[in-house]
Amino acid sequence: MHELAIAESLLEIIVDESKRHGLERINKVRLQIGKFAAVVPESLTFCFELVSRDTVASGALIEIENVGITARCDQCNFSFEVQDQVFLCPRCGEPALELLSGRELSVMSIEGETAEEG
Amino acid sequence: MTEIKVPVVRNILQANERIAAENRRRFDEAGIFVVNLMSSPGAGKTSLLEKTIDALAGRIGIAVIEGDLQSSYDAERIQKKGVQAVQINTDGGCHLDGNMIQIALDSLDLSEVDLLIIENVGNLVCPAEFNLGEHEKIMILSVAEGDDKPIKYPLMFQICSVLLVNKIDLLPYTDCDMSKIRERVAQLNARGKIFEISCRTGEGFAPWLSWIEEKVGEHRTTRARNDSAHPAADKHCQ
Repeated sequence: MHELAIAESLLEIIVDESKRHGLERINKVRLQIGKFAAVVPESLTFCFELVSRDTVASGALIEIENVGITARCDQCNFSFEVQDQVFLCPRCGEPALELLSGRELSVMSIEGETAEEG
Repeated sequence: MTEIKVPVVRNILQANERIAAENRRRFDEAGIFVVNLMSSPGAGKTSLLEKTIDALAGRIGIAVIEGDLQSSYDAERIQKKGVQAVQINTDGGCHLDGNMIQIALDSLDLSEVDLLIIENVGNLVCPAEFNLGEHEKIMILSVAEGDDKPIKYPLMFQICSVLLVNKIDLLPYTDCDMSKIRERVAQLNARGKIFEISCRTGEGFAPWLSWIEEKVGEHRTTRARNDSAHPAADKHCQ
């Protein structure tokens, strides 16, 4: 349900970047969303469709790249992909609580059209 | 018309993160220990607050920010205990965010406060994504909810430094297996502390209260250090 709040924040960033780069229409937005982020991609896309109506990003395609969960062992520094939500080092069994990836919620790029003749 | 691609690389929640960091600075300057208390609805957040306030009032200055979709019922419950409480109504919103806390802080007199507890909206999903500026995230799981919750809501269990397992007086009447909770939480968050409590009977409260008091003490020390580093203006006048 908080996808609506996230969609609103996303729109703010897109509007801000559009102004900065002189874009009059946004065609595509690329996002990275970690698999451990509490966000449902379909829900975010749906909410974005709603909040972006009548804005520069109306009708823009949202492309989402899912990022896997990786963690680093506190003891032996081994980095690994977390399986089945077990944050324990597969090498030494110690807690691996340093999350290297998996909670991303980022705008990576936007594509759109400028006003000038090209 | 030219079609261009602009690299952005910005965290979508950066606006909230910025405000949370401002809140945190304010808490640290005042030497206040702040917790973000989360759980599903009905797990016992407000009951925990009432019991904790009863036990610590007089020794520790406490204030509470209550988050709910509607009503000021919880803030009134807390105010009856004689501590400052401010209610935030999210009007349907499923979580608190940094900005709501920043606004609520203006309604509190923080000068005598050592411990600020923010009771989030009852929800095991959304509040996990929004930092408020707190020092610790704490969650309550009541045994009646079942021992499978860490599997179903892993992010919440992973990010909380303390898990309070409440309503342990009901254990004989449920199929909840405490060893499964401990085992599942250990996989997600091996350094997290677990306190087994009953807000109804008061069982298990002593270790929880000691933990809170210890944390409050650490943050008071920071305040004392800040005060001695920046002596009050009147001392300069003497």
